[in-house]
Amino acid sequence: MFAEAARELPLKQVDERHVFEATVIGLLDQLFGAALRLAKNREDAEDLVAETVTKAWASRHSLKDQDKFRAWIFRILTNTFMSDRRKQAVRPQTAIVEPHRSDEEEAFSLFEQLHQPFLLWWGNPEKQFLNNLLAKDLELAVDALPESFRMAVILSDMEGFSYQEISRMLNVPVGTVRSRLARGRGLLQKALWEHAKDAGLIHGR
Amino acid sequence: MKTVKTIGCQEALKHLLAYLDQEVGAGTQREMAHHLKVCRACFSRAEFERSLKTRLREVGRGTTRTSFEKRVNALFGQFDDEHEPDSP
Repeated sequence: MFAEAARELPLKQVDERHVFEATVIGLLDQLFGAALRLAKNREDAEDLVAETVTKAWASRHSLKDQDKFRAWIFRILTNTFMSDRRKQAVRPQTAIVEPHRSDEEEAFSLFEQLHQPFLLWWGNPEKQFLNNLLAKDLELAVDALPESFRMAVILSDMEGFSYQEISRMLNVPVGTVRSRLARGRGLLQKALWEHAKDAGLIHGR
Repeated sequence: MKTVKTIGCQEALKHLLAYLDQEVGAGTQREMAHHLKVCRACFSRAEFERSLKTRLREVGRGTTRTSFEKRVNALFGQFDDEHEPDSP
């Protein structure tokens, strides 16, 4: 169907569209995965990706280096998400609210909890713990994070972007990315620990 | 041959996540690699954090529905109808 439509277009335009299309298709699962964790439901995630792809095509000439396509389109995705969230807010916000700082959150370590002497494990406690965790448990723990931390965790731990790339995407200093990641990871581990206790995955002596 | 500064567990844990993210300088990178070679406890902690990151990475991969793929393909089709921004 598309090949037919493309035949009537100038060659340069056809090539450009085909390269764009192939690159987006190659990244579609990644874009959708990140959108799903940001929006927390499939329908909104699909809308977010569709809006991102449309905006990316419209501003394709702003991308100077094709090798940076992935970081570039993820930046459009996160900006679109933040902009939509601001529009939906009852009171308009100019920036994402930074949750109150707590050193306890940042310092929380699942590893240390798993190595408490009163716990009963056979073999390797960390491995057992991770094996018992379902993908759904991880998804719920990520979804429960405050928005600014969730974005940092998604972009770093799930998508593998560098702190510098995340800093550009979120328009915040690298130090803020480090701090959001540290707090997000601490909260995530705490949530997983609480879930494991509630689900009976951890047994005391 | 360069001498690697020996760091303690407290210092190693402070840099651990940034080290796993490959976000430390060359000196810290060497110190961390050395510490993880000689410290079993920190090595286990590093392995755990690495495994958790791997699990998160796996969870991050979404699976798109066929209906959504069709929607995206339809979007590409609409791009043909638009005027080129830099065309005369």
